[in-house]
Amino acid sequence: MSESSQSLFDRIGGEAAVNAAVELFYRKVLEDYRINRFFDKTNMEEQITKQKAFFTMAFGGPNTYTGRDMRDVHARLVKMGLNDSHFDAVMEHLGATLVELNVPADLIGEAAAIAESVRPDVLGK
Amino acid sequence: MTNLHIGENSYNCEAEESVLDALLRQDVDVSYACKKGTCHSCMLRSMKGAPTAKSQADLKDTLKSQNYFLSCLCVPEQDMSLKLPEQSELYSEGKVVVNEMLNRNTILLIVECHDVLEYFAGQFVNLQREDGLTRSYSISNTPQESKTLEFHIRRLPGGKFSEWVHDHLKVGDLISVSEPKGHCFYIPERKDEGILLVGTGTGLAPLAGILTDALSHGHSGPIHLFHGSSEQEDLYRIDEMRQLSEQHSNFSYTPCVSGAQVSEGFEKGRANTVALTKVQNLKGWRVFLCGHPDMVSQMKTQAFLKGASIADIYTDAFVISAE
Repeated sequence: MSESSQSLFDRIGGEAAVNAAVELFYRKVLEDYRINRFFDKTNMEEQITKQKAFFTMAFGGPNTYTGRDMRDVHARLVKMGLNDSHFDAVMEHLGATLVELNVPADLIGEAAAIAESVRPDVLGK
Repeated sequence: MTNLHIGENSYNCEAEESVLDALLRQDVDVSYACKKGTCHSCMLRSMKGAPTAKSQADLKDTLKSQNYFLSCLCVPEQDMSLKLPEQSELYSEGKVVVNEMLNRNTILLIVECHDVLEYFAGQFVNLQREDGLTRSYSISNTPQESKTLEFHIRRLPGGKFSEWVHDHLKVGDLISVSEPKGHCFYIPERKDEGILLVGTGTGLAPLAGILTDALSHGHSGPIHLFHGSSEQEDLYRIDEMRQLSEQHSNFSYTPCVSGAQVSEGFEKGRANTVALTKVQNLKGWRVFLCGHPDMVSQMKTQAFLKGASIADIYTDAFVISAE
């Protein structure tokens, strides 16, 4: 199989890359006063699993989330005031995490574009 | 097609079908929620037949070693014998061989038990009085050789069980002991990496057990123990821990007192706060946190932020019974 026909998920490193990314990302989020109130600290195991799903989605990997799911699970946070500035902060940490893992810039761009595509659903627009 | 056995009953599992779906289809009452490995509510234990790697991927090493797995993610490759979480508990009979005070309010209870092969230091059991009154206590020794289980039981004002243990239970008395529970224990792997132990009050019980276990397995990485209380009089086994730290160059012990009166040789402050000032980076470390629930939950976050992986953080928070 030629490299270009592989999925982004495979090119970025598959599940191993997801596993490497989630904890780095979650640490950044928990230390960011702008957004950490949206992330549950009481059940960290569950948060890690959710973030795995998020990264798998951003890498274009196998995931079962629909736009409707995205709306439903974030509705409570939208009520708490979740808006574009918070989504921007998450995008920032997504990018920084992948840079830290030495993911090539063009692949980071692809992942960011996928994550960006769910912005309206996450923010309930 | 494979077969699933639970107690006396057998259930079939079709090709491509998960254990959870097979059991639900045949009207077995298994709790579940997400069916995609997120919530862990469908976790079962296999007593025979190894679970698939995929169904254990997200679990802690100690759970994997006991063959726990997520039934929603497990399409069995062979027949399995399963144990449901709500299956009635098996108790065995224990006999009290020692009860002596460790400090002004905590008793060391040693119970002789016949079959303790599967019991690990740091896990907990339910102890049950004749009339059914039951409480959970952590195992503070490595039971296999001595065939005894050791517990540290603090007298709680108005605590039915602890007052009974302190005031009435005698050497020679019988007490019922459940199967071992919990995943807070030592596995003899990654022996050259660090272990951080932080506990308050009788949270020392599981930690002392884990420490003994790790040292007896020749753990060579650094092991730091921080034991805290508000008053020095509520700490215990101080001399014993100091002695261990002299015998083992990789083990350090720091007793912490958060109240006003702090003697020489003790650190002032809460055990978790002191621990955070002493350890810089917890990447690759195993972290065990036992004691007050607030301490446990705060320290869990802090240990994670200092680099410990979530799967390597083991917690055991006190539960005070309301009845």
